[in-house]
Amino acid sequence: MSSVDMYLLSGVAVFAVCAYALVVHAHLIRKVIAINMMGSGVFVLLTAIARRGDETDPVPHAMVLTGIVVAVSATAFALAVVRKLHEATGHAYLPEEGEDAPPDGGGG
Amino acid sequence: MASVFENTNWMLAPILVPLAAATVAFLLMGIRGEARRNAQNAVGLAAALGVALSALALWAMVSGGGPVRYELGGWEAPLGINLYADGLSVFMLITTAIVGGAGSVYALGYFSGREGEDARRKEDLQDETGSFWPLWMFLWASMNGMFLAADAFNLYITLEILGLSAAALITLGGTRMAFSAGMRYLMVSLLGSLAYLLGVALLYGSFGALDLATLGEAASPIPPVWAALALISLGMALKTGLFPLHFWMPAAYTSAPSAASAILAGLVGKASFYLLLRVWFDVFGGSAPPAAGQIPGVLGAVAIVWGAVMAMRQTRIKTLLAYSSVSQMGYLFLLFALVSGAAPERSFEAWGGGVYLVLAHACAKAAMFMAAGVVIYSVGHDEIPRLRGIFQKLPISVATFAVGGITMMGLPTSGGFTAKYLLFTASVGTGQWWYSLVVLAGSILAALYLLRFLNPALIQVPTAKVYRDAPQIMSGTAFVLAVFSVFLGLMSAPLFELLSVGAPFPSGTMGGS
Repeated sequence: MSSVDMYLLSGVAVFAVCAYALVVHAHLIRKVIAINMMGSGVFVLLTAIARRGDETDPVPHAMVLTGIVVAVSATAFALAVVRKLHEATGHAYLPEEGEDAPPDGGGG
Repeated sequence: MASVFENTNWMLAPILVPLAAATVAFLLMGIRGEARRNAQNAVGLAAALGVALSALALWAMVSGGGPVRYELGGWEAPLGINLYADGLSVFMLITTAIVGGAGSVYALGYFSGREGEDARRKEDLQDETGSFWPLWMFLWASMNGMFLAADAFNLYITLEILGLSAAALITLGGTRMAFSAGMRYLMVSLLGSLAYLLGVALLYGSFGALDLATLGEAASPIPPVWAALALISLGMALKTGLFPLHFWMPAAYTSAPSAASAILAGLVGKASFYLLLRVWFDVFGGSAPPAAGQIPGVLGAVAIVWGAVMAMRQTRIKTLLAYSSVSQMGYLFLLFALVSGAAPERSFEAWGGGVYLVLAHACAKAAMFMAAGVVIYSVGHDEIPRLRGIFQKLPISVATFAVGGITMMGLPTSGGFTAKYLLFTASVGTGQWWYSLVVLAGSILAALYLLRFLNPALIQVPTAKVYRDAPQIMSGTAFVLAVFSVFLGLMSAPLFELLSVGAPFPSGTMGGS
């Protein structure tokens, strides 16, 4: 297995592990980190794809750079919402509700 | 066609106009009070007008000369960024122009609350910081950018801007409920976009291309393509709210200010559906096995019934409408099963029917959320048991609900009728008659859940007190949009002709070329 293959596989593995973390962890900061690292997994994959030929392909690099900008903005916004939620409720969890229960007056 | 429409620079307008308006509206947030509101309103309306005009110009250009490609700065693919407009792109632009235009006009009244006036519900507070217009304009620019993007990575960028601005719009009310609904939507949205991005990375790794047309030619049935198709479908089903991934929808649509709910329920879910259509048929058209279409088809069928049953159990107008969206979104996904059915000549019917429902549902559902907004603005809540006899006080809004319901039920002359009729005939024509039963059942169930509100609203009893009158422009806009959705069935010919331009299926006997 070449080192490029290893990066390809680890990129996908990071994505999968963090997708799992996003689902199982309730704390919102953990969720935000999980999403952030899912993005990093895709970036590793893309950088490895760029390295497969004889010459390095610049297109995936451009995608990763743009992707980082998007990831930074999304993380910043998510953290801001977590803070607002913390101010309003005193904790950083999404309210426990049956997945189909709307905020008020669900059912009945 | 007049030569002014042959200038391909028109393709930039639907993106640049709202983007510029967003920036100006954002800068205007620095001004205080009445002056800011007036200035932002003017900027927003000017942008709505600009989008409508450029959508019409593109309609003329695409129907006259076929699909158009535009190279930004003259750089060709793969190095440069290309825009591409075919019938479907322009159809979607027209949808945003109509529903977004109506939403903008509605917002003039909705956010006109004076500082002194107290709202009964927190999510109905006036937009004190003036954040609505910049967010809505960014959202609009991202949707139009998505409809015109020619490559898979630009679709990702527009998808992210769409998700971020939509999540921010949900939190606009500033309540606990709004923040948690916005947070949930943000998580769902980011997860969906990242699944899409991973799919795009797999496609680029396999074929070394991002341009959708190039990918479509290169794609072959190999394992990375299956994985990409699965990831992209999963991500977009999540963002569109296909059963059982709709869990974020009721809270998101209910917590957002009604002006934003109308836009979210009308347009935002449709944008990710558009992306799915694009990728599924333009990229994977030849390489997806027919059986793959049965997965979204079956989930769509379950969504139609389950969403409708849940809608019947709701006690608030906005949650009722949100579950109605779960049900109506199910119809859209039927087309994947019908297109891949046994009779290829039926494919355009199924595809066109699904796409036409996007427009019909966007108009009707946005109108109904606007009407719900009028009720909340006037009465202070939208709890159905406390709204008995409300027709006496708010006749136009209850009428909007009833008229929009005609499209939801798919009764004749409405856009919903045209769309559901096509889906029905396509399911019979492709020998998948069981889907036709679901189409019918969904209409009957829609009638039942709509009556859950209309029945108590129409009875003659002493009714809730209206504590402030909603601006006429709110109820008026909602009513006009609902009436428009009912007449959509009568003006389908030119729109189907437009859809047949660059469609993935031959339009055959149905209108067009």
